[in-house]
Formats: sequence, structure tokens, C-alpha cells
Amino acid sequence: MREPSPQSIRAEALEALLIEKGFLKAEDVDQVILRYGERVGPLNGAQVVARAWVDDQFREDLLNDGSAAIASYQFEGGQVEKLVVVENTATVHNVVVCTLCSCYPWALLGLPPKWYKDPEYRSRVVKEPRKVISEMGFDLAAGTSVKVWDSSAEIRYLVLPQPPENLQSYSEDDLVALVSRDGMIGVAER
Amino acid sequence: MTDQYPLEHELAPPQANGELVFDDPWQMRVFGLARTLCEQGCYSWDEFRVELIAAIKRWDSDLNQQPWSYFDHFLEALLRVLDKKQMIRQDELTNRLKQYLNRPHGHDH
Repeated sequence: MREPSPQSIRAEALEALLIEKGFLKAEDVDQVILRYGERVGPLNGAQVVARAWVDDQFREDLLNDGSAAIASYQFEGGQVEKLVVVENTATVHNVVVCTLCSCYPWALLGLPPKWYKDPEYRSRVVKEPRKVISEMGFDLAAGTSVKVWDSSAEIRYLVLPQPPENLQSYSEDDLVALVSRDGMIGVAER
Repeated sequence: MTDQYPLEHELAPPQANGELVFDDPWQMRVFGLARTLCEQGCYSWDEFRVELIAAIKRWDSDLNQQPWSYFDHFLEALLRVLDKKQMIRQDELTNRLKQYLNRPHGHDH
């Protein structure tokens, strides 16, 4: 049997105290974990991106006021109360970071991956975004400029990737499948 | 395994693009604790975020810097918020930890 780590014991002790003092119930925590584990993830963001690709009015609304445009989806997870959507074009590529901690639009992308929270990504993508994006597997065209968006206390960003060529040949469901979490952070093409 | 949270066996950690978001079940549990307390109105997420940023800054400027572990900072931030809100004092947690560390080996809940 593996010995529990000190942090595991600390977390266990903390939860026990919180329950004993009546601040929460274990079942409530279970429900929150279940929500973020099963119902909050990048599929939500992919649905929004695919809709923006096929519906010009929705795309315009999304770029004007991201939070209002996605309200009707009623996604769980939060952290999209001030959502700003930035659009990739043939000449401009956007990438998102939180230099101070790990701010991230949970309702659209789920919980952030480890690399997004690491000091290396948080510091390097600001200084050398093109190189970092390339190291993550996406080489930007030489003429493309890169904009880095640093999540502030309130604003959360979502990158709207460029649609595929022959957009009309895809169903909306097929388009959803083309969109990745990394594309919506801006470290992949889409 | 008996000293781990029971949920470990019932819940797969959330995955995105095939990557695990949590390294360990305790990290998932601490995330759940922090969100639950926030949603129940014990503090705002911004209050938590301020402590998280401060914890990361302390790590950044620590001359004896430990290897990076995001959820260590996350837990530290949560403990600071709970202490400030006078919900769980540091000494309470320390006492409870001592009890847990003195549990007989192989203890079951």
C-alpha cells in the first residue's frame, strides 16, 4: 500500500474539520467534483466556436460581448462572466495566458491543463509566443503577428480559431470535432 | 488502499485533450473544497484568487525554491482564506494533522 502524501493527509484533515464545523458536506464536494469532471470541458467551447463559424450573426455577437452571446447555452462552471473572444485571422494569431496564476474560462474549456499553470508557460509565452507555440506543435506562418492576452482579475479570453477551408462541406457537429482546447487557448491552429 | 479518499476509485480525474488535470486525488478534492465553499458564499473567488497569486509570488521569490507544484499553492491559498475568515485556524489544522500522523499504520476510516 502506498503511504498517503503529507499534502493528502493535510487535505483530508482540512475536509474533516470543515465538515465537523458545518461549513460543508462531503456530498456537496462530491457534486462539485462531478460537475467539473463530467459536465464542464472544452466540448462546450468547441460548440461555441463551431456555431460562430456557421452563423455570422452569432459570430458578431460573440466578438462584441462574449458573455452575453453564450448566455443561452447555460453552461455550468463559471469564470465566463466577462468573456472576451478574440478572433484569429490570416494575419493575426491570438494566444491566452494568465501570468499571475491560472485564470481560465472554465465553463468553456474545463479546468486548465498543467502546462497552462506552469511558471514556464506563464512567463515564456509573453516574451516569445511564436517560439512557445511552435514548441507546442504549431508553426505560425511568417507573416502572422501574434497577440498575447493576459487574463486579468475579471476578464477571461477565448480564441476563435480560423475555420477550415471548404467550411460549407462540414456539418456543425463535424466542425465541433475539429476544435481543440489548445486551439481555443491559441497554442494550436484550431 | 485505505487511507485515500473513497472517491478515488469512483471518479476518474477530468481529462482534457487526453491530459490529466490533477496529479493526485487530493488535488481534485482540494479543488472541490475550494469551489464548494465559494459557491456556498464563504468567500468570493476573487478573494481566493488574491491569495493564490500571493502564494505563487512567495514561491517565485523564495531563495530555497521547492519544485513547482501548483496545487501546493492552491492549498496554501485556501488555508489562508479560511484562516482570514476565521473558519479554520492554522493551529486547529496543525492539531488535527498531528492526530492523523499518529494514526496506526493501515488505519481504515
